[in-house]
Amino acid sequence: MKPFTRLDGLVAMVDRANIDTDAIIPKQFLKSIKRSGFGPNLFDEWRYLDHGEPDQDCSGRPLNPDFILNQPRYQGASILLARENFGCGSSREHAVWALENFGIRCVIAPSFADIFFNNCFKNGVLPLCLPVETMDRLFAAVEGTPGYRLVVDLPAQTVTTPDGTAFAFEVDQSRKQCLINGWDDIGLTLRHAEEIRSYEAQRRVAAPWLFA
Amino acid sequence: MAGKTLYDKLWDAHVVRTEADGTALLYIDRHLVHEVTSPQAFEGLRLTGRQPWRRNSIVAMPDHNTPTDPGFTRIDDPVSRTQVETLDANARELDLPSYFPIGDLRRGIVHVAGPEQGATLPGMTVVCGDSHTATHGALGALAFGVGTSEVEHVMATQCLIQKKSKTLLIRVDGAVGPGVTAKDIILAIIGHIGTAGGTGYAIEFGGSAIQALSMEGRLTVCNMAIEAGARAGMVAVDDTTIAYVKDRPFAPKDELWERAVAAWRELHSDPDAVFDRVVTLDAAAIKPQVTWGTSPEMVVAVDQAVPDPAQEADATKRAGMERALQYMGLQPNTPMTAIMLDRVFIGSCTNGRIEDLRAAAAVIQGRKVASSLKQALVVPGSGLVKQQAEAEGLDQVFTAAGFEWREPGCSMCLAMNADRLLPGEHCAATSNRNFEGRQGQGGRTHLVSPAMAAAAALAGHFVDVRTF
Repeated sequence: MKPFTRLDGLVAMVDRANIDTDAIIPKQFLKSIKRSGFGPNLFDEWRYLDHGEPDQDCSGRPLNPDFILNQPRYQGASILLARENFGCGSSREHAVWALENFGIRCVIAPSFADIFFNNCFKNGVLPLCLPVETMDRLFAAVEGTPGYRLVVDLPAQTVTTPDGTAFAFEVDQSRKQCLINGWDDIGLTLRHAEEIRSYEAQRRVAAPWLFA
Repeated sequence: MAGKTLYDKLWDAHVVRTEADGTALLYIDRHLVHEVTSPQAFEGLRLTGRQPWRRNSIVAMPDHNTPTDPGFTRIDDPVSRTQVETLDANARELDLPSYFPIGDLRRGIVHVAGPEQGATLPGMTVVCGDSHTATHGALGALAFGVGTSEVEHVMATQCLIQKKSKTLLIRVDGAVGPGVTAKDIILAIIGHIGTAGGTGYAIEFGGSAIQALSMEGRLTVCNMAIEAGARAGMVAVDDTTIAYVKDRPFAPKDELWERAVAAWRELHSDPDAVFDRVVTLDAAAIKPQVTWGTSPEMVVAVDQAVPDPAQEADATKRAGMERALQYMGLQPNTPMTAIMLDRVFIGSCTNGRIEDLRAAAAVIQGRKVASSLKQALVVPGSGLVKQQAEAEGLDQVFTAAGFEWREPGCSMCLAMNADRLLPGEHCAATSNRNFEGRQGQGGRTHLVSPAMAAAAALAGHFVDVRTF
């Protein structure tokens, strides 16, 4: 996994609550058996005027001029602002793969859906929560300032605006360490293989029907 | 010390180890696998040279991409076909003992076939790369959806790294009136607490109205816990649970059955257990529900009208409502019964079980689908549900009325196969999500119960099934 430490990035925004993973990556792209290549189809139904299909070259497709991420000022963004309950709905990790592949390394919202939130940490993407009032300020700042950037410092747990204002954010310490170091969860868990085996051995005696 | 909640009991029984910050390694008993979220996980195992930790914990079947055309012989869409063939190949390569391929009568939507086979049992931890895994909590299990990285994690380690959720008790007391079903109960709950109301919580559904539900009804309620934001929903074990599990193929037998039942009898919250939050609803006040917007929380009773965003004080919510109405092509204050329909879909992991098909057939019996409708589909949740329905003659009731009787699968719930809405079409669906584009780009979904969907199919628009 790509480590995440400090990110100085261009900020884009989608000012909507309850953005679901069906919107982030529509179902037809879930037919892929690969983990990469989802970026061109991020927000596909909002982003293009035509209907997208897997394995299609998106470079010639008609863009929806009304979709905010299509504006030239947001090209190359690596930080995305959104509203409450971002990533709700389906568990599809493809939603995170699409964001990451598009170039987004950090999503900032007042709240996230649980499964999406969890999936981010497995892919080097930092989902972080800031209070609604702070989000309102950031949305206004982004809207009023083309080229608006933020600095996200994971070790320090701060988001810093261009004028030097720093907002602190909370993050689970074990998740933070994994993200900073780019650790592979499976490798970490397998260090406890003996404990897993001994748990299993006890359960086989206590509840053998679970192992049939 | 206060007693334990059901969630506490399930959690405690599965903790392998706990870190100082409370992060736990949780043992997973049952791993359900389908074709969409597993290929990258199997590939990950291959790339790292890892083997599945416990092959017999895996029950796998294709469901999302499978065609539903009667007697289909192949998948026309090459991308869908590749995905199903990839699952076939992975199951073969790893020699998975419980794989139900196309053609196997046991195959179906994983959340219908799992409980039906007894593959999900009370007291288990159950995961699947699918958010509707919450369904299995109806059996008194801790069941939740995970992403593909976690699918790989469970395959490789039989565990997941988890933080304990907060607990939310949703108590529905009293009795629902005639024509009001489990689907209406869960939609009313989501309307009440909102689509993020359960975020960060594990929900236990309780109260006399939940206890009175059949196992099928409880599966419907828990299925949509995720639509209230909660990864897991669950119901305490009682006689209904035990009677449902008994004699299913994967269920324990004989002396082991007796031991298991004794253990399962403990799977309820203690009377003095304390929940982080409690929400109560009056069952008698719940009417048949219909969604009007693009989030399951955008729901009203069938005798109400489409709400007016002008009445909403919160700016973000108001913008969401306006956007939803524009997408749905609806005007504020339109009576729900005035919404004309193009298609009707009965099926899905929410409402594709035998009881759902019986409820729909009971409404339809001897009547005809409205001529204004383009299509009315019935898609059984599994091969065995289909077989049972045919044995009861339900397929005849549906086809005589003008419904299409299909092969099992996820079908038009998410339109990964060929069953889908065209832009602008309104659909009464017994599924779980009314998101933009969910049933096909530009499609307009209204979530309802099977009985309400059946009545709407006959009328061509929504009607109150209680007076139909």
